[in-house]
Amino acid sequence: MLKLEKICKYYNPGTVNEMCLFEDYDLEVEKGEFVSIVGSNGSGKTSMLNIICGSIPLDSGKLYIDDREITKMPEHKRAAVIGRVYQNPALGTCPDMTILENMSMADTKGKPFNLRRGTDKERIGYYQELLAGLGLGLENKLSVKVGALSGGQRQAMALLMSTMTPIDFLILDEHTAALDPKTADTIMELTDRIVREKQLTTLMVTHNLRYAVEYGNRLIMMHQGENVMDLKAEEKAGLRVEDILQKFNEISIECGN
Amino acid sequence: MNSTVILGIFEEGLIYAIMSLGVYITYTILDFPDLSVDGTYPLGMAVTAALIVLGVDPILVIPLTFLAGAAAGCVTGLIHVKLKVRDLLSGIIVSIALYSINLRIAGTSNLPIFSKETIFQNSFLGSLVPAALTPYTTVIILLLITVVCKLLLDLYLRTRSGYLLRAAGSNDTLVTSLGRDKGTVKILGLALANGFAALAGGIMCQKQGFFEVTAGTGTIVIGLANVIIGTQLFRHLGLVKATTAVVFGSIIYRACVAAAIGMGMAPGDLKMITAALFLLILVISNLQKGKVKKHA
Repeated sequence: MLKLEKICKYYNPGTVNEMCLFEDYDLEVEKGEFVSIVGSNGSGKTSMLNIICGSIPLDSGKLYIDDREITKMPEHKRAAVIGRVYQNPALGTCPDMTILENMSMADTKGKPFNLRRGTDKERIGYYQELLAGLGLGLENKLSVKVGALSGGQRQAMALLMSTMTPIDFLILDEHTAALDPKTADTIMELTDRIVREKQLTTLMVTHNLRYAVEYGNRLIMMHQGENVMDLKAEEKAGLRVEDILQKFNEISIECGN
Repeated sequence: MNSTVILGIFEEGLIYAIMSLGVYITYTILDFPDLSVDGTYPLGMAVTAALIVLGVDPILVIPLTFLAGAAAGCVTGLIHVKLKVRDLLSGIIVSIALYSINLRIAGTSNLPIFSKETIFQNSFLGSLVPAALTPYTTVIILLLITVVCKLLLDLYLRTRSGYLLRAAGSNDTLVTSLGRDKGTVKILGLALANGFAALAGGIMCQKQGFFEVTAGTGTIVIGLANVIIGTQLFRHLGLVKATTAVVFGSIIYRACVAAAIGMGMAPGDLKMITAALFLLILVISNLQKGKVKKHA
């Protein structure tokens, strides 16, 4: 379970440009929930993910994972239980290293990065099996550098790598936004499959209302640092894009975008 | 060109190759322009001279110089990571401080060890090597040390820790995602790099027979030139590993410098030659990059 308690976050504090993003923001995410988060630009979606992951500091408030406070825990320590896929496909993989080396690194997460062989030869078959599951033919390109792959292929690998070792949360930060519509669909289906298989608690920020409605079992719409809509389980089950589109237009027009 | 000059090219090229392996770690792998080598290279010399004067076994001195350099590299890393000082400035701070520290360690600005036994000159070698081979002992020993250093680095870069180091240079967000502190990885890389630089300085000290406090000036320029020549020249030959290319680059660079001196330049012009050659290499490698882009 993930809990955000009375979160406050200001940008440019003490200057004329001071902007309050969150004031006493609360959120609870239950184990096994797949939350889609939508909202206009500047509504705080990505900032919230950054706060959860520890990428940006908090002004006040508390964060808990299963009753354990993590407010002060540095980003890399939180990453032990969090898998994150970014909007930019380049951030989830290492472009100068081969597919095999990248897979090996992801497999070593949670274990010591010591002087043992970087790639365990006995695991290669397992990696190929995982890559074959992507259906992109990457299992036959183990010695190709990841930098030579397309954005969609890289994002698929990033997704695979971030969920390879056991994690408590999967954080998806507009992870289909930089892809063409067809590749985005493929990645989204893959995401759904992995989340179901591993029963991951997931937070997904997206600009694609269709994905938000189609996938996941909870939908949050954010606006100016608040949840203006929060639909769970059965409320969300019968939801159609048109139902949230009107609300979304209202808040968008209000902001002028 | 006579054989002494050619031997000299290989000897110095091989020593600078060890230092360049360190520069390869920071400049190419970590993408960190580390100027501390200007201080850690002579640090290796100072430690070596001081320890040999104290009577420490010259072979044991080699790993000790590596450790001394690694410690200095850690300081550069800590200044950059913990005190959030920019990469270039962290290196400059450490290299300036090391000038004084090197003087303290050696106790003087010029410490000769001619009369002492070194890895190149000792009674064991004297009894073992036949007279005909004597001119080549130094270069053979150097080749051995350089190849061992290169192979150890190759091995390291294939370990889990080595993978993380490579990832830190190319995408440090991934290091964080893997649950590791990217700062620690950078510090480790700087420690290794400066370990190599100091080790090279120590070997140079044992070969030339003295420590000289100003010997480090321009080390980084030589190191960068070696790395860039090596990686640019051998990039297209996929068979050669980057570390091997760096070793070749060092020898080629040394040959260029020797050729310039052979054309009648004075030893005092050496730094000028170094700088001019480095500039030439940078310009050529920029032109090459432009060509590649146009073709693509």
